Amino acid sequence: MQHSVAYTVIFAAIVCVLCAVVVSSSAVSLEERQDVNAALDKQKNVLYAAGLATPDEGLENDAIAALFVNVKQVVVDLETGQEVPNPDFDPSAYDAIKAASSEQGRDAPSNLSRVSRLPKYQVVYQVLGEGGDVEMVVIPIEGYGLWGTLYGFLALDSDGTTVRGITYYKHKETPGLGGEVDNLNWKSLWPGRKAFDDSGATAIQVIKGSAGPPSTDPHRVDGLSGATITSRGVTNMLDFWLGENGFGTYLKQLRAAHAG
Amino acid sequence: MASELKQTLTDPLFENNPIALQVLGICSALAVTTKMETSVVMCGAVIFVLALSNVSISIVRNFIPGSIRIIVQLTIIASLVIVADQFLQAYLYDVSKQLSVFVGLIITNCIIMGRAEAFAMQNGPLASLVDGVGNGLGYSVILVMTGFIRELFGAGKLFGIVILPSVNDGGWYHPNGILVTSAGAFFIIGIFIGLLRMWKPAQIEED
Amino acid sequence: MFEQYLNLAVKSIFVENMALAFFLGMCSFLAVSKKVKTAMGLGLAVIFVLTVTTPMNNVIYQYLLRDGALAWLGPEWAQYDLSFLGFLAYIGTIAAMVQIVEMALDRYMPALYNALGVFLPLIAVNCAILGASLFMVERDYSLAESTVFGFGSGIGWALAIVALASIRERMRYSNVPPPLRGLGITFILTGLMAIGFMAFGGIQL
Repeated sequence: MQHSVAYTVIFAAIVCVLCAVVVSSSAVSLEERQDVNAALDKQKNVLYAAGLATPDEGLENDAIAALFVNVKQVVVDLETGQEVPNPDFDPSAYDAIKAASSEQGRDAPSNLSRVSRLPKYQVVYQVLGEGGDVEMVVIPIEGYGLWGTLYGFLALDSDGTTVRGITYYKHKETPGLGGEVDNLNWKSLWPGRKAFDDSGATAIQVIKGSAGPPSTDPHRVDGLSGATITSRGVTNMLDFWLGENGFGTYLKQLRAAHAG
Repeated sequence: MASELKQTLTDPLFENNPIALQVLGICSALAVTTKMETSVVMCGAVIFVLALSNVSISIVRNFIPGSIRIIVQLTIIASLVIVADQFLQAYLYDVSKQLSVFVGLIITNCIIMGRAEAFAMQNGPLASLVDGVGNGLGYSVILVMTGFIRELFGAGKLFGIVILPSVNDGGWYHPNGILVTSAGAFFIIGIFIGLLRMWKPAQIEED
Repeated sequence: MFEQYLNLAVKSIFVENMALAFFLGMCSFLAVSKKVKTAMGLGLAVIFVLTVTTPMNNVIYQYLLRDGALAWLGPEWAQYDLSFLGFLAYIGTIAAMVQIVEMALDRYMPALYNALGVFLPLIAVNCAILGASLFMVERDYSLAESTVFGFGSGIGWALAIVALASIRERMRYSNVPPPLRGLGITFILTGLMAIGFMAFGGIQL
């Protein structure tokens, strides 16, 4: 069947318009719900890192929101370590990756975690206690493992050095090997460790083999068996984000405030 | 007519299975079958897209100009996949994160394009709908079977519920690491094809 | 500077081989690997389509689709985020390229055209081609990086299919049990090749 050029063009145009309408209406009508899902997902993972909830509980949206009432989202300038009291954007909708690639961000110095750009601001989560004082601080971390970048949160005590928990919410590591970063038994080895040593330098690392309990072995965590490269990736990203290019300045000020 | 339709529905299950005989739709069968949950959701998405795309293409089959045939088919398929993806992100967020790039790859799932060319372009809408559902179910047979074996023996779980407690969590079962990698999926599907052809020798390839 | 591209090329050919590490493009991979000659023909077509479409889609993404991409039209356009149209745009360019390749082969290499049969238009739905564009978006490559990545991925895929075809040609002299003959044993073969390629995982250049 030979159709004229005009017919072909008109047919194509009609198909395009119809498909565009169908696709756009579904995207626009579902957008709000999707944004809510994304925000709640992040909140859920912050709660996991802080130990306020566990994955097997299967929390529903209302429960997450209720628990998150005690968590304050604070915008921090990475270089100065200062909190920004009145940011001109909504912290819960902040996309750090986009901000990093914008003009406000800057190139990261060469590092082992393959972090290429740094944003000017980052959002940290302060978990408040009964009296409204800060009990824990949860910082976002990311770094390259074996197959891809791992994204997670590290929870620190208000003293700025004692680890309260760690969680990864997105990664591509091999299940059973590097994927054991999700194993609750491994995650339970972290609370009580110290991220910094007495001189204030980053000291925490994932070693090959087993480490002792936190009281006698505060700076080392058991390695993931069969997953050397993922374990090294965890150590490298903690070294980066706890250091001066990450939240180092912010945490140093936190430690000073706590001591004083 | 009814019995013909019934055959269109049941043929793709074992007689003319899209993965085992037509050699279509393999990439996703390997990637998403590490868990039952992702396998089942993927099957649902594929049946949805396959059925609707077959119907749409069948309805317009006499109007499509030959020179833009493939692009028109792909546009319809891609739009349906985007709608399915949007729905997943809105209502099944966790699973959609795990499926990630493979929902988009449903567009390139050769089953959909393959059935559009081989069936929907030559048959009416009702038959095309049934053919779409039938092939979707045939695809699901393989995916569910592979997902079942990979999750049960590779991780000791089904739908996330622990059946065989693994040594990593203090149990006794040593999870079979090979099954968790895609190489394991290849072996499982290869053996299934062998078993299927032992049952239905008509499918054995002559050299 | 040149090292960075060489690094990316080697990585996409061996470490992150589209066919054997990510298992993309499997349908034509398994169906067209019976003879080395046809496999090479398909491999070359895939290399060509990948090298052209990945940078093309990069341009479309950077200047039309991403959040704020339309700023070059005028400041009030910067608020639009059309990334949900990504799938449609990428598959459109790929389909157009494949239609062109199809017409060129039909005109200049009819033997190859007939040998490839239905799997030539199926290059358009070869997940490796769309997958490469999707990875390129996810990893935010520049135009030059996209071209190197597309070219490297194509070579990797072509290498894998030619390797499989050579093994299958040899296997014609083996005693494969009838039910496994053809497709069944090919699946198992590919599984073994995949295990072999896992050795490249974790190589840092």
